[in-house]
Amino acid sequence: MSVSIHWVRTTGPLISRIIAALFGGYAVAALASVAVLALPMSKPQAVLTGMLASFIVYACAVIWVFAVRSATKAWLGLLVVAAVLLPGAWSVW
Amino acid sequence: MKTDRNPQPAGQGIRQSMSSLHTWAGLLLGWVLYSMFLTGTVSYFKDELSQWARPELAHLSQVPDQAVVAQRVADEFSRMDGGVSQWSMRLPDARNNSVYAFWRTSARVPGQRGFAEANFDPATGHKVASRDTLGGEFFYRYHFQFHYMPVVWGRWLAGIAAMFMLVAIISGVITHKKIFVDFFTFRWRKGQRSWLDAHNTLSVFGLPFHAMITYSGLVTLMALYMPWGERAAFKAPAERAQLAAELSAFVPPGKPSGQKAPMASVEDMVRQAQERWGRDDVGRVNAVHPGDAAARVVVVRGLLGRVSMSPQYMEFEGTTGKLLNVRESVGPAAETRGVFYALHLGRFSDVVTRWLYFLVSAMGTAMVGTGLVMWTVKRREKLPNPDRPYFGFRLVERLNIASIAGLSLAMTSFLWANRLLPSSLDGRANWEIHVFFIVWALALLHALVRPAKAAWVEQLWAASALLFLLPVLNALTTQRPLWHSLAVGDWVFAGIDIMCWVLAGFHAVLALRTARQQAGFRSARKASRRAPIAVAAGGGAE
Repeated sequence: MSVSIHWVRTTGPLISRIIAALFGGYAVAALASVAVLALPMSKPQAVLTGMLASFIVYACAVIWVFAVRSATKAWLGLLVVAAVLLPGAWSVW
Repeated sequence: MKTDRNPQPAGQGIRQSMSSLHTWAGLLLGWVLYSMFLTGTVSYFKDELSQWARPELAHLSQVPDQAVVAQRVADEFSRMDGGVSQWSMRLPDARNNSVYAFWRTSARVPGQRGFAEANFDPATGHKVASRDTLGGEFFYRYHFQFHYMPVVWGRWLAGIAAMFMLVAIISGVITHKKIFVDFFTFRWRKGQRSWLDAHNTLSVFGLPFHAMITYSGLVTLMALYMPWGERAAFKAPAERAQLAAELSAFVPPGKPSGQKAPMASVEDMVRQAQERWGRDDVGRVNAVHPGDAAARVVVVRGLLGRVSMSPQYMEFEGTTGKLLNVRESVGPAAETRGVFYALHLGRFSDVVTRWLYFLVSAMGTAMVGTGLVMWTVKRREKLPNPDRPYFGFRLVERLNIASIAGLSLAMTSFLWANRLLPSSLDGRANWEIHVFFIVWALALLHALVRPAKAAWVEQLWAASALLFLLPVLNALTTQRPLWHSLAVGDWVFAGIDIMCWVLAGFHAVLALRTARQQAGFRSARKASRRAPIAVAAGGGAE
């Protein structure tokens, strides 16, 4: 029992980070690519700018997730960025 | 890269957590990435490999007049049974001695898209009578969509691998504090240190290229990976067409009028484009509804004179030949995408730039390869029992052998199959590919049953032998042996023959070095006071 608790304690945060990186990172990148549409640009250019930027956002999100001190902080960071991007994305969807 | 035993970054410094991230992001898809890198590297000579794969097609010492060739092939389409509702041809240029075209037939079975493709002879306009093969196109397609799986799955896999690569590059740079000092440090024959130094040198030297090639690779398929902005922005198909026009020269076909009308001279249209862009720099000619009153012809600029894949074209009315529209620029974001796309494919390159692309890309391949091998080298020293490594270690070790040495074998076998399979064989082009995968699977099997070190050495020697004998096979099975190619100045055939020998030598050196390092193994094992019975623990090229 204590072994499994120990396992969850030590491995849980790591799995949490991996999920944050793979899926959280993609979600933030996708959100950013939509939020770009709120900028004053023609639609095709904004769409392409969003696509071009999204991979950089994704990569930075993954680095962030593994660079910070705790899994909680990793998720919090992603949520803060998502909260900033959300109004922009909301306005165009 | 001091410790990565514990992949959990909690409570570690940023350099250590980045080191772990680098190790695992690099390893997990490392084998996929290695094969993408190597097939991508040889794809810089895709057109040359395709020429080599069709030895029946004569070497062109001069680019034929593209306008005349376009007319010839267009005439061939107008004679085709059942009618053609749309065609697109890539004109011959300095690197292509045939016209590759695909088309859509008018009379088609419901539910079928009715697409077909073929190569045409620029001299006659007829389909070429050459062996059925994908040639260099196979490595190119494998590079971003693999095989034996739906194209979209393959492209997603390639995208995920590229994203892992991007993360591995960034985390690798952060890990590496003394990036420039270490660049000038190379500790030969120092075991793990030498592998690390080799990995660092290959990575740092090519860093701008590796970063560019990885990011631009994602850009080539970005609409697939990140469709959300497009979905949010465009609700109507007409709006979507606006975006498509920024990316490609394929004009929407519209509806045919149903009225037959002869085509105006395609030759004249291409002539106008030649005046604008230069004699040999017309890339494609596309037509929709040829032979109908609503026909349109688009002549697309080639990729020689510009570092961009953005569409540049002249659109003509098919029946009168009247110039309707010239498009020579796209928006700033679209142009950025066009430039990254062009940088990735390198089709603008002259011979020297192309070789640079090949060399730096080969260094990227070696970077991934040394990284993979390093994973085992670093862990071997810490193995509790070197004669019986744990499962994960053995798995990585064996997969490394099959994906590095085995891939060389498989790719060379593909070229052997091209020369050996009878031209009458049904589905011949597919069989060349099956041979590639059969040999690769055999290499994996061999790597699993043989001691690791022996597997490395044997596969490297086998690859070296196959590469060395390929020019001999070419001389025996075609009319174009090396001496003939040299005599007539055919640098495509001569170049590939000579490159086979260079690569055979490279594999032989790797095999010799791997075999020689046996001594180091033994002493390492003595240190851990294990009887040197099984060589099973020996692996890697260390």
